[in-house]
Amino acid sequence: MDLHLKIWRQKDKQSEGKLVSYDLRELNPHMSFLEMLDTLNEKLITEGDEPVEFDHDCREGICGQCGMMINGIAHGPLKNTTTCQLHLRSFRDGETVLIEPFRSEAFPVKKDLKVDRSAFDRIISSGGFVSVNTGQAPDATAIAVTHQTAEEAFDSAACIGCGACVATCKNGSAALFTSAKITHMVLLPQGKEERNKRVLDMVTQMDKELFGHCSNTEACEVECPQGISVLNIARMNYEYSRALFFRQKAK
Amino acid sequence: MILNSKIPEGPLEQKWDNYKKKARLVNPANRKKLDVIVVGTGLAGSSIAASLGEMGYNVKSFCFQDSPRRAHSVAAQGGVNAAKNYKNDGDSVYRMFVDTLKGGDFRAREANVYRMAECSLNLIDQSVAQGVPFGREYGGYLNNRSFGGVQVSRTFYARGQTGQQLLLGAYQALMRQVGKGTVQLYSRHEMLDLVMIDGKARGIIVRNLDTGEIERHAAHAVVLATGGYGKIYYLSTLAMGCNGSAIWRAHKKGALMASPSWIQVHPTSLPQSGDYQSKLTLMSESLRNDGRIWVPSKADETRPPNEIPEEERDYYLERRYPAFGNLAPRDISSRAAKERIDAGFGIGPLKNAVYLDFSKAIREQGKEKIQEKYGNLFDMYLKITGYNAYNEPMMISPSAHFSMGGLWVDYELMTTIPGLFALGEANFADHGANRLGANSLLQASVDGYFIAPYTIANYLADEIHTGKISPESPEFETAENNVKQQIQGFMNIKGTKTVDYFHKTLGKLLYDYCGLARNEEGLKYAIGEIRKLKQEFYRDVRVSGQGDKMNSELEKAGRVADYFEIGELMCYDALTRNESCGAHFREEFQTPDGEALRNDAEYQFISAWAWAGENKEPELIKEPLIFEEIQPTVRSYK
Repeated sequence: MDLHLKIWRQKDKQSEGKLVSYDLRELNPHMSFLEMLDTLNEKLITEGDEPVEFDHDCREGICGQCGMMINGIAHGPLKNTTTCQLHLRSFRDGETVLIEPFRSEAFPVKKDLKVDRSAFDRIISSGGFVSVNTGQAPDATAIAVTHQTAEEAFDSAACIGCGACVATCKNGSAALFTSAKITHMVLLPQGKEERNKRVLDMVTQMDKELFGHCSNTEACEVECPQGISVLNIARMNYEYSRALFFRQKAK
Repeated sequence: MILNSKIPEGPLEQKWDNYKKKARLVNPANRKKLDVIVVGTGLAGSSIAASLGEMGYNVKSFCFQDSPRRAHSVAAQGGVNAAKNYKNDGDSVYRMFVDTLKGGDFRAREANVYRMAECSLNLIDQSVAQGVPFGREYGGYLNNRSFGGVQVSRTFYARGQTGQQLLLGAYQALMRQVGKGTVQLYSRHEMLDLVMIDGKARGIIVRNLDTGEIERHAAHAVVLATGGYGKIYYLSTLAMGCNGSAIWRAHKKGALMASPSWIQVHPTSLPQSGDYQSKLTLMSESLRNDGRIWVPSKADETRPPNEIPEEERDYYLERRYPAFGNLAPRDISSRAAKERIDAGFGIGPLKNAVYLDFSKAIREQGKEKIQEKYGNLFDMYLKITGYNAYNEPMMISPSAHFSMGGLWVDYELMTTIPGLFALGEANFADHGANRLGANSLLQASVDGYFIAPYTIANYLADEIHTGKISPESPEFETAENNVKQQIQGFMNIKGTKTVDYFHKTLGKLLYDYCGLARNEEGLKYAIGEIRKLKQEFYRDVRVSGQGDKMNSELEKAGRVADYFEIGELMCYDALTRNESCGAHFREEFQTPDGEALRNDAEYQFISAWAWAGENKEPELIKEPLIFEEIQPTVRSYK
């Protein structure tokens, strides 16, 4: 099949970017989207041009490193799918495909399709953990967790931190990412002790990183490759209010 | 050189305790005077960096990905072993030790394997405390499943994403320390050289992958937790960035490489579908708990699988290995698949696959139960192939997966370079010639959480009077210049072929001559071809862009340059081992019915290799394997 690509090229953070057109012919529909970009890059290098920089690693849909806007949709047209798991069979022969980086004030473009998502690491660093040191854990059976609770916590813990939720949100909000971690932790007995401090710290950090506020459009859930539910955001809001209440009470 | 494995005294079950009793300590006040560099942020890297940070050392943590959470441990699916015996099915540390040693075909160090089984108990406790949502039974207790090569249920799992959840636990522990300031994080940095001062590891040279800047980082000890080099085959189950460069650069500075040819080929990856392909996707081995593997009993079968009646199917694993059946170890399952494919019974468009069939399990347990156990894997299969595995069998094929070889380390996980430690898949220890399923997450984690914190402290106890290591020393200067020269060298070639072309060509050579099966003639041929390809690379590779800016092609060029040398060493290693053991199958050494023929009398040793220089034969140093507790037996899964 043939594809006409319009790709965002930007030399570095400071430079202005622009869309550049490329044509690729006789592509195999079983090829993944990233393999299509590999093919384009092979061609560009051979022709003496610089290849398109894009983030990727595991190509199994789990590391969360890949991600781009494809025809205006984070990770492209398939529901619950990362860019690396998207295959050309999802496009029409001869289609024009617009490829841009994830856009958000908190995710500055580094080059071409690569963006800086280190803000997510700083949110986790601010409280997205259980404060347990190595070597002091009680026997695992001492902490009973029901099957349903473990499964529910897993649903939230499955977030891969790709940033699609931010990229697709008109406010550039990181509410889905942050709330997924808060929910994962608060559902489990191990995470309950620090629930108040965690939610306050993580939300504060999220604001510091210049992510916007959630205005409940729910676009994040639609484009999340892991299908993380917006109910996590509701829980984060509840946890936040609850933590504020207890903080005031403590005063 | 005589290798000292430093195995502690005493009976097997007391060795680790004896070590810990005698290991030297560093006073908490002195810890802040000591710097440690950790390269890699997977399970081994994150856990050791977090552990050392918690203890109060100054830690610098490096990874080439954009976040530590992306490390390839994240992709492990099936589970992690621990001898908890929660199922009351007769499991114990001793039984796990025996299974693991046997699974590694008696080519691992007894004391290391025992320690891994012993520490497995703590790992589950640690992870649960961190909030890893392991699978649970309805009563709230942890659930287990069984994995290939064992007859008890000792594998803990978090759906099909166990690696992800364990890694996130370790990553969160690491980020907690980053927040506290005990660990400084350097993501998008790649180690390009090891710096040695007076024979000790004292720092690293890294390239900032975002800016292209070359940086010097000094420390009292360096820990390499950089994973394996299986991506050398190009088509493999590994992430695109996985590489062997850090350990290889350390090898060229004097650290020995052990058992480099022992690369595990995983039986349940998705088959290759075309030349454009960049990787093969792994489907969890846990699928073999419920999936039945078969090929048509007639060669060149053209009917779709659901139209092939039961009596015309050959469940070859159940037929050949009735005791273990579909759960036979990975090397055996992979070779059995290759044997059927080579004999003309392969299926799929390229006739390079076998079926993994869930129809019986769905009939007996219901679709919902199967969906709950493996739902994400079935979804992934659908996305990649376009086929629905609830309705027809999956197509699977063997693929390069895990490197059992790596830097030689002693019982303390220290390489032959003082102050240089190698953890997880970057070292050779524990797995022998074949790794049992669900042991890689375990080894990486216990190395980082429970073993290295003691052994590194034992080393650092001598370093408290050393003072700060200066990155301005001549040794750093020389190492930096060498790295810059290499980069400029790549940029200057301006040839006609891409880096990927060379990587793919090397990968195919290794699959054909140093893959699932090897022979003397093929290995000698491969060594010659690899050398020629390497010459061509240095003559005709094209690296576009600039050397001092963000440049993915340049990153790849450095890794492929190292792969040529690692590939050559893999072939040497395979050539000198005149036996078949585990993942190493030399065609000249097999039983009449095609099983591996091990030679304990002559090859019961670890092959550790010293770098002798470019295009020179490496020097082989042997570490004899002494089995005190159990005597090697012929592996049989029949």
